Formats: sequence, structure tokens, C-alpha cells
Amino acid sequence: MEAVSLLVQAVDPADAKNANAAIGAGFAYGMAAIGPGIGIGYLVGKSVEAMARQPEAAGMVRTTMFLGIAFTEALALIGFVVFILLKFA
Amino acid sequence: MFALEFPPINALLRWKDLFPTFNKVAMIAVAAALIGSIIFLMAGSRDGTKAPRGVRNLAETIVEFIEDQIIMPTMGRAGLGWTPFMISLFVFIYLCNIPGIIPIIQMPATARIAIPLSLSLLVWVIFIGVGLKHQGIKYFTHLLWPPGVPTALKPLVGVIEFLSTIFIRPFSQTVRLMANMLAGHILLVTFALLTEALVQAETHKLFFIPLGIMPFLMLVFLTLFEVLVAFLQAYIFTILTGVYIGSSMEGHGDDHPVSDHAEPGHHAEPDRAYAH
Repeated sequence: MEAVSLLVQAVDPADAKNANAAIGAGFAYGMAAIGPGIGIGYLVGKSVEAMARQPEAAGMVRTTMFLGIAFTEALALIGFVVFILLKFA
Repeated sequence: MFALEFPPINALLRWKDLFPTFNKVAMIAVAAALIGSIIFLMAGSRDGTKAPRGVRNLAETIVEFIEDQIIMPTMGRAGLGWTPFMISLFVFIYLCNIPGIIPIIQMPATARIAIPLSLSLLVWVIFIGVGLKHQGIKYFTHLLWPPGVPTALKPLVGVIEFLSTIFIRPFSQTVRLMANMLAGHILLVTFALLTEALVQAETHKLFFIPLGIMPFLMLVFLTLFEVLVAFLQAYIFTILTGVYIGSSMEGHGDDHPVSDHAEPGHHAEPDRAYAH
């Protein structure tokens, strides 16, 4: 019941604008997280494979893995910045 | 529904000024610089011939970590002269990050863009300067066209390399540090507010108050996670600095053929493909 009354109240234009901004912000971050999620999963998985196969090279693989994660993660973080801009700016 | 009111973003990030133009973020940064310097000055004044104890032990661990994990894989032996710079960068960023989880302070100084931006601009100036020093004006042609690029592709590669080296490098370094710490900060705020709203619920108390334990557990878990993030971001910022300076020092290997990188047993050499 509460939810229905909330829906009825939310037709104020200013509220509608805020709501659209919030929806856009949510989508921006959600979409931005998909690619890097897949990328980091693949990257770490392959790195673990490499470390298991050749434990003596683990240090180098780990360093390179962190670098790769840093570059991949930047995309998700830019999405997060867009989220902040849409929601609060 | 729970009377959950998220505070405006400025309430989270902009604190009252202690003095005009000197807010708490600046105070954290100054404190971080002072604490870092004091630790290393104290460690330096100890007798180096005896077995290290206390502060000196800590400082030696940091130096060893920077040399083995950051400088050797990215710059090789030639980069060991950069150890003091890398140590100050790492310690400063770490000490700026860690107040994000210290009770009462609860604000990572790097969550505001000022500190990451000035640090990455410093790094930008340094890697271009190092490139000019080691390779002269040829640095810019190397930067635009790594050796081995076919002539037909030169305009395209030149534009991409120029953008990625001159603009994307400082931008991504800044945004990575700032957004990571800001995201952690906002996440902690969210779960703290959720816990508060559930514990202080006015209706359905029997249901909501025990439910409040769940966001609280998440808050504890995220606080521990932030310890890791604070370290990891300092590490990544420093190692990227190492990669950038290393790539300026050696250029794209004009003297060596490209096949040099595939040489087996060449472990000290990082994969330059990541050093874009």
C-alpha cells in the first residue's frame, strides 16, 4: 500500500527530473561495470592459471596482473565518475 | 520507507574549514607528509650496523618492498636511483588513503581530486623530463611512432600514442586513485546510514532492528576491504609511475630489435606492451 501511494505522489515535474537523473546514473554505472567485470575476471583467471603452471614466475605475473587490473578498472571508475556527475551535479 | 536520507555530496566531502583555506583534507595531507618524513628520519638515525628493530624494521621493509616489487619489475637496475621518490610517493598516498577507515577522521584525503591530480601532474612532468634527458628531442618522435610501425599507419598510430601518453596517462592515474577512494568512502557511508536507519526504525521495530545487523556486518567487512584498497591504490599509483618513467628512460627500444622482448629468462624486463 505504501508503495502505491508513493507512486501516485511522484508525478511532480521536479521529482520526475531527479528520478530520471537517478535512473540514468544507475544505468551509467551498471553498464560501465559489465565490461571491466568480464575483463578483470578473465585477466585474474588467466594469471592464476599462469601462476599455477609456473610458480617461479609468480612475482612477475602478479605485477603484470595488477597493472592490467589497473588499466581495466579505470573504465569502471570512469563510469562511477559519470554516475556521480549525473546524480549530484 | 526507512526514512533513509542520503546526505548531499558536499556533506560527505566538504568539511568545515579549520582556518580559512585550510580544511581537514589539507590537514590529513600535511599530517601524512609529516608522519612519513618522521618515520624515515627516525629510521635513518638508528645505527645501521645492528639488527634492525622497531621503526627501522618498518622502514627497511618499505624500502625492500619498493625496490623489489615496484622498481625492479618496471625500471630494472637503472631505476634504483628513483627509490627515494617512489618511497615518498607510496608512503604519502598510503597515509592519505588510510584515514578513510580511521574512526572519527573517516575521510581519505585522496577522495578529493586535488591530491591525485597534483601528484599525477608531477609524475607527468617527471616522465616527460626524464624522456627528454635520456633521449633528447628524439623522445617525442619515439613517443609518437614506436619503431617498427609501417609508414601507412603512422598518422593513426601517432594520434593514438600522443593522446594516450600525453592526456590519458595523467587523466587515468588521477581518476583511478580519486574514484577508488571516493567509491569506498561512499560505500562506507551508505552502509553506515542503512545500519542507522534500520536500528532507529520507528515502525516494525521487532523486524527492522535485528535486520540492522546485516548492513553492520557488511560495514565491518567493507572497512577491512578498504584497508586492502588503500594499500593497493598506493601500490598501483607507484607502479604506474615506475612504468611511465621506465618507458621514458629506455624509449621503445630503438637500439634493440623488437624480438628482444621475447628473449627467455629475461625476467627483470617487464612487458612493455602494458606501458602505454
